[in-house]
Amino acid sequence: MTVVDKPSRVGRIHAAFERAASEGRAALIPYMTAGYPDQEGFPAVAQELLKRADLMEIGLPYSDPLGDGPVIQKAGEQAILQGTSTRRTLQFVKELRPTTDVPLLIMTYINPVYAVGPEEFMRLAADAGVDGLILPDLPPDQDDEIRDLATRYGLGLTFLIAPTSTPARVQIVTEACTAFVYAVSVTGVTGAREGGALNEVPALVALARQHTTLPVAVGFGVKDALTARKVAVDADADGVVVGSAFIAAVKAGQDLGALADDIKGGCVKGG
Amino acid sequence: MTNAAHFISEFPLPDARGRFGRFGGRYVPETLIPALDELQAAYTAARNDPEFLAELDTLLREFVGRPSGLYLAENLTRRAGGAKIYLKREDLNHTGAHKINNCLGQALLAKRMGKKRIIAETGAGQHGVATATACALLGLDCVVYMGAEDIRRQSLNVFRMRLLGAEICEVTSGTSTLKDATNEAIRDWVTNVRSTFYILGSVVGPHPYPAMVRDFQSVIGEEVKVQMQALEGRSAPDAIVACVGGGSNAIGIFAPFAYLPPEQRPRLIGTEAAGEGVHTGRHAASVAGGKVGVLHGSMMYLMSDPEGQIIPAHSISAGLDYPGIGPEHCYYSTEGMAEYVPVTDAEALDALQLLAREEGIIPALETAHAIHYAMILAAELGTGKTVVVNLSGRGDKDVAEVARLLKGIESLGGVEA
Repeated sequence: MTVVDKPSRVGRIHAAFERAASEGRAALIPYMTAGYPDQEGFPAVAQELLKRADLMEIGLPYSDPLGDGPVIQKAGEQAILQGTSTRRTLQFVKELRPTTDVPLLIMTYINPVYAVGPEEFMRLAADAGVDGLILPDLPPDQDDEIRDLATRYGLGLTFLIAPTSTPARVQIVTEACTAFVYAVSVTGVTGAREGGALNEVPALVALARQHTTLPVAVGFGVKDALTARKVAVDADADGVVVGSAFIAAVKAGQDLGALADDIKGGCVKGG
Repeated sequence: MTNAAHFISEFPLPDARGRFGRFGGRYVPETLIPALDELQAAYTAARNDPEFLAELDTLLREFVGRPSGLYLAENLTRRAGGAKIYLKREDLNHTGAHKINNCLGQALLAKRMGKKRIIAETGAGQHGVATATACALLGLDCVVYMGAEDIRRQSLNVFRMRLLGAEICEVTSGTSTLKDATNEAIRDWVTNVRSTFYILGSVVGPHPYPAMVRDFQSVIGEEVKVQMQALEGRSAPDAIVACVGGGSNAIGIFAPFAYLPPEQRPRLIGTEAAGEGVHTGRHAASVAGGKVGVLHGSMMYLMSDPEGQIIPAHSISAGLDYPGIGPEHCYYSTEGMAEYVPVTDAEALDALQLLAREEGIIPALETAHAIHYAMILAAELGTGKTVVVNLSGRGDKDVAEVARLLKGIESLGGVEA
């Protein structure tokens, strides 16, 4: 059983952002649902993304994902039907861990964490080699235990801010984060949308920076080089999270690596 | 009796963090937290504003037809052979169920907050109809999320909503029932939060919804107090029975009694939908299932597998077909303030026919779950006692489905005395 090595997990996350910054880029943070497109195909998809990723989010699928749009919902439903359980998801992480130094983050909802038991969940995640957790339906002031447990097991924590967040909420959320701050680009769920999205991102990132020195990553609605540039360059974010676009590409049988390269190109600062 | 709602009842819970003990809270995307704060502030101001209260009171009296009757069901009482059975006639409200009490309160609040677009979720369609009605009355745009399966089995209510000018969004994700309609309504709210007011129909969801919906529904229990005093010379009956899905009609009749000292408190009994039987796994009895988790923004008893995936609920009645139960009910259950008992599909179907034959009242399938248990309880309590059943809704919406289930009218008759 491993518990300690606290500095190395959160440290690995911060180092990944620093490395990207030193190369004049915002960090590319792909998201992929564990067990998608199927149990056999997931590791290869994950490796394709890990080759280009600075950090990577692995989605632990949940039956009722309130924060997700149709693409990630359907990927999760499919993965669950094919047996992607909590333990299977962590087993995927365990298998990926020796192959990469890229920080691996679990993104899931709070109910699967409570069902296993928060402490048992943290222990299993730490053992599997997870570096951090993102829980989009857990505002940090809803549960003090999660934060204490994450600290004890050395896992980084990321909570979310949104365009509706007041300065008081941004203060609460950024103080609770230990890994990085996740700024949601629009009011809405994950996935691409039409028209003038992402216009609120610069102000949101600027507001976050008034409250924290942690890296600020932006997600929701980034799907290509153009939208990545809006986030990385126009809003000067430290990281760009892309999920639905990669899942849609896997589903359509498109070249995942080419899409990731293209988006990574959009992450270059001053480009 | 006195006018229905010149006041809105106050209760000791939830606490400042929106908790009933460990239950409740706000487990929602951060995007919604400021909107919930705004809602809470607006609601607190409204419930202390005499103008708001007077407007709501007038609508409840003259538009809804409150107070609803407390009717002594003599035939049913004779049949049960024990305690007197009173029926609290929420089925006689405009739109046919208790749901309108809450919808008018929230729609008035939306108007006060300057929100022109209303969204709602619905299972049986009663909350959708009540929301569409309130929106038509107050000139608000209305979008109702409803599962494809529920659209099929409650087609009458779908048509009513359309007549009232509401837009119906068919939900095909997950199990295509109330749980998924609620997910979609919350996703809509996350997306359109600045312009939209979400009229939630039950005592579930993130704080302040469970408290606010309870407050608007507590007019039911407050009326029972006054009516019992006039009919029986004391304000509390010996027992109150109500069906529970999310639990809004039950909390409305329970809450005004629940916080009384134990020796003054009537027995409060919520009937959960046991579907084909709790042992079969095909049910919607969340308390009986015994797992605690988070669903739709609130910590509650819910139906999930060992790893926290929500399990599809099953009930003959669309309104109880929900894999969770409101946080205040969870608190009542753990504190012994109320009891929750399972009633099966078959028992409810029999009780619906029984009430129709004995009293000339066709109840909603949801309500029939409460009727079933009230008969058992009345016999058990014995003569000299009183049981109040919340007759939460009428059965017009269910007639086609009941006919299908009974395979035609010719098979009726199993309950003749």
